[in-house]
Amino acid sequence: MVPLNWYIWLSAILFCTGMFGFITRRNLIIMLLSVEIMFNGVNVSLAAFSHYLQDAAGQVLVFIVIAVAAAEAAIGLALVILLFRHHETIMIDEINEMKG
Amino acid sequence: MIEKAFFLYFAFAAVAVSIITVTRRNVMHAVLCMLLLFFHLAGLYLLLNAEFLAAVQIIIYAGAIMVLFLFVIMLLNLREDVKKVQYGRLWFVGVIVVCGILLAMAGAYVFMVPGQRSDWTIGRIVAETHTAAIGQVLYTRYMFPFEVVSLILLVAVIGAIVLAKRQLK
Repeated sequence: MVPLNWYIWLSAILFCTGMFGFITRRNLIIMLLSVEIMFNGVNVSLAAFSHYLQDAAGQVLVFIVIAVAAAEAAIGLALVILLFRHHETIMIDEINEMKG
Repeated sequence: MIEKAFFLYFAFAAVAVSIITVTRRNVMHAVLCMLLLFFHLAGLYLLLNAEFLAAVQIIIYAGAIMVLFLFVIMLLNLREDVKKVQYGRLWFVGVIVVCGILLAMAGAYVFMVPGQRSDWTIGRIVAETHTAAIGQVLYTRYMFPFEVVSLILLVAVIGAIVLAKRQLK
């Protein structure tokens, strides 16, 4: 039997890898991929808790997270295509129309 | 013992592949590494006795979402972007923030108290089959979140159409 904390450490490391990519990279598509990695880190911990606490609710939450990830990817990629048509680039620090 | 060996393989491969993904210069390579990550996570779900989850992971993540990413990358001409600087100027701030969050997670885990065990034991799930067990919980206790998710997907569909249609003018 694999201990629960191994799964939690894996989940935390995956989440932090995704967050590192999201904060440091400038490429919009890589940033979206990093968000997907963060979603997957959360999913691992939900499935692990579901298994160790013998509760099927955790796996239901994984389905909900996957559905939200699909919606996020669809909208995000549509925005990426629009941005690329306007600016010919997907590097986010060259896209600065709002001058915030 | 063999379970631990499989876990270690899947876990180390998943972490390595995700680190490779976020550091690639070429987006196409990153997406293909991401695909490997999804397959390894599906293996982890199999270790957790969640076979339907593993199937959904491969069908939806690897089959649908990653294909969407690949299509978008092939639609865009990213030849110029590959040559540019890939990391923001403040990348070390990202490293510090990530280390802090990892420390905070470890600290929170020390104080974690596991909840009450519920009644979905392995024997019961095997008797009812995994998909039926998930379906029973999803369509009774979690009916309202399920409806909310359908609304989110509807918003995504309408949003994608609106965003794409603006170009036609």
